[in-house]
Amino acid sequence: MTIQTSRRNLLKGIAATGTALFIGYNTNGILSHTIANAAEKSDLTPLNPFVKIAIDGTVTIILKHFEMGQGTTTGLTTLVAEELDADWDKIAIEFAPADHEKYKNLAFGAQGTGGSTAIANSYIQYRTAGAAVRALLVQAAAAKWGLKPKDISVEKGMVRAGDKSAHFGELIADAAKLPLPEKPTLKTADQFNLIGKTELFRKDNIDKTDGTALFAMDVKLPNMVYAVILRSPRFGGTLLSFETEKAIKISGFLNAKAMPTKDGIAVYATSTWAAISARKAIEAKWDNSKAENRSTKEIGKTHLETLKKAPKLQARKDNDFEKTNAAIASASKKVEAEFLLPYLAHAPMEPLNCVIEPHDNGKVTVHDGCQFPGLVHPTVAKILGLKPDQVEIKTYYAGGSFGRRATAKSDYATEAALAFKLQGGKKAVKLVWTREDDLAGGYFRPMAAHSVKIGLSDKGEISGWNHHVVSQSIVKGTPFEKALVKDGVDHTSVEGLADAEYEIPALSVGLTDWVSPVPVLWWRSVGHSHTAYVKEVSMDLAAKAAEKDPVQFRLNYLKSGNKDQKRLAGVIKLAAEKAEWSKPLPKGWARGIAAHKSFGSYVAQVIEISSNDGDIKIERVVCTVDCGVAVNPDVIKAQMEGGIGYGLGAVMRNQITLNDGLVEQENFPDYEPLRINDIGKIEVHITPSVEAPTGVGEPGVPPAGPALANAIMALTGKPLLKLPLNENGVDFA
Amino acid sequence: MSVILNINGEDKKVDVPEDTPLLWVIRDELNLTGTKFGCGVAACGACTVHINGKPVRSCQTNIQDVEQSKITTIEGLSGEVSKAVQDAWRDLNVVQCGYCQSGQIMSAVGLLSENTKPTDQDIDTAMQGNACRCATYQRIRAAIHLAASNLEA
Repeated sequence: MTIQTSRRNLLKGIAATGTALFIGYNTNGILSHTIANAAEKSDLTPLNPFVKIAIDGTVTIILKHFEMGQGTTTGLTTLVAEELDADWDKIAIEFAPADHEKYKNLAFGAQGTGGSTAIANSYIQYRTAGAAVRALLVQAAAAKWGLKPKDISVEKGMVRAGDKSAHFGELIADAAKLPLPEKPTLKTADQFNLIGKTELFRKDNIDKTDGTALFAMDVKLPNMVYAVILRSPRFGGTLLSFETEKAIKISGFLNAKAMPTKDGIAVYATSTWAAISARKAIEAKWDNSKAENRSTKEIGKTHLETLKKAPKLQARKDNDFEKTNAAIASASKKVEAEFLLPYLAHAPMEPLNCVIEPHDNGKVTVHDGCQFPGLVHPTVAKILGLKPDQVEIKTYYAGGSFGRRATAKSDYATEAALAFKLQGGKKAVKLVWTREDDLAGGYFRPMAAHSVKIGLSDKGEISGWNHHVVSQSIVKGTPFEKALVKDGVDHTSVEGLADAEYEIPALSVGLTDWVSPVPVLWWRSVGHSHTAYVKEVSMDLAAKAAEKDPVQFRLNYLKSGNKDQKRLAGVIKLAAEKAEWSKPLPKGWARGIAAHKSFGSYVAQVIEISSNDGDIKIERVVCTVDCGVAVNPDVIKAQMEGGIGYGLGAVMRNQITLNDGLVEQENFPDYEPLRINDIGKIEVHITPSVEAPTGVGEPGVPPAGPALANAIMALTGKPLLKLPLNENGVDFA
Repeated sequence: MSVILNINGEDKKVDVPEDTPLLWVIRDELNLTGTKFGCGVAACGACTVHINGKPVRSCQTNIQDVEQSKITTIEGLSGEVSKAVQDAWRDLNVVQCGYCQSGQIMSAVGLLSENTKPTDQDIDTAMQGNACRCATYQRIRAAIHLAASNLEA
């Protein structure tokens, strides 16, 4: 199965199978179709399709979202196949080329994947495309057989009426002559055959288990030059000079050139290994006068000191800071805590890379596990002085991202384009990052400090909650600022707190931005990655002070009856039930709970731990999720499992630290990923729902850390306010 | 230097600097891209291949040391254990991003070739060198058990 595509490849595909019917949305966003044959050189430009049906009946779904493991190849395919009644096993998939209008993410108006929006924004769009094709094929069959559309049935890629039958390909010539229904009827939930079915096999199941799945890292082109970049070891450092005398002795080394951005040296060679070896032999001098030269110890200390000052910004419009303070001042009990969470790297398994390939006609192809064509495409075109239609993006499977591949500057594609241009622009250039580059390269989840002051009444009820976040803004100074910063407040710094579901009588959330040359970025679940930890650990601290059960304590603040609160309460109750919350555990065992809404989905987790001579082991995780209609239940479960693992690994032992501005973690041994032996059984329970589908890629992450911390606190009684846990008094088995 | 390596049953002559790790010979010279580069320091297992049937990290393997060996990559897997493992991986939808899975499968095949009925503990010991940032561990464990029971049946 070929899964990369480009306009040229679409044409090649036709050449192989003759004619095909293309169905998609035209520039006005209206469904349209065209039949094309490569031999006739049909003009495909008016239509970048969503669905392609070849004359042999093969259905190809064109995916506007890339696949980084989150399951879009399966999810988007399900949406079309459901309405089209196609044969699941015979559907091919292709990644869409860059087309910012037709393939835009309807959630943010640009072509790109992120914010756990792929299924949510495609749910109606892809189903509609599938339903339109089905209606068209039914009309074509009816006309051909002299019957009425109601007499025609479609099942598993076959169109039937009585003893007559045809596969889709046999009908496309007739279908092309008929008008597409403008508003095809979509199935109702009771008519679903695929949506909600657990037994669907992932579309990327075969090629990812036999070595044939292609990642951009696997691209090799004739005469390709390999490049690595020797970057400034400190963030914000600039190049003064460098020496290649020793590198010249490395076999395969070609040359080295200063990047025009002055933040690195592009090192070129005839193989990846030669490039890596040559880079080690290059000596460079850097100007660090504007660089981040501090250590994280100092940065952390300053974060904590800033917490004690009045917040620069207030994140809640209806906030009454004085009222909150008064409520806490007059409370009969107080809970006060200061939290410090570290910088985190994303560390996707596939180190970043990007290939720029020139063509004789002056065009270039960008080979990339491209998360955000809407940014990468114009960025590369601008650097190379090309018109947008001279730049083609070929999207490959991405070996993970967790947010890292979507940067406002398209950082690694920018590097690749600059390195390509610097090398003369005649030969393909493959830019490769190593794991060392990845961990030292910045774009970290920012460090975050939080102070929490909670007042409790004599009945143990929360009377006021005063919160202050100190963290570096992810989006200020980027094109995302306009959408995500309001009244100076970067929403991603306070999300999940300022808009928390809990009904707190007086809640104020202050924010002070931290400023540093360290590049920071969204990291799977973005702000929720720190706000959920602090909010949910604080809830347990408050419950303990109030001498109440943590589950019941949470439910007390979710009683108003609004849908948001009901859904969060729903997953908490289900998690407590499935985890047998009230059932006593053996000695040395404990449970913790946390719940959080993010990306439209509600997740609760109960984590069970055991302690052996003080060494903590995670025995069991029970996770409940309400994400609206569960399009692919098994993918949702996988995303919860993966999100839990990602969150737990980080909280247990991951941090990026700086020593005089230098990143101290070099490779996985210093940034140890979660391993198979770290975690016991994970059970995922999905709440049945008729609501529109919401995110699943990220929402599994936020509750995992606090659920673990709450379990450990239940066992030891010691508050866990600093992360990672292994550096702050917790030993793991 | 010029060496002849037996990879997936075929002798391949390659001419590379002598310090080139086996991983980069496999990927850049022989275009067998199923074997992945993840860390370069034998800490993630994405580059796992079999040397005479045993899982080895190719990023830390000197080519001179394997000139007389039989090297197998994911592309060269064959036999009932390999098939059982790959089928189990597919049946249980183990993969997510997929980048580490060639290495996971090579390690799992290595385990089941020596231990036909591994316990959770055996699996954890054999597989803990293979990192998966998507955290597909629970399904990996289940798929190894499934493959073992299918092989036994």
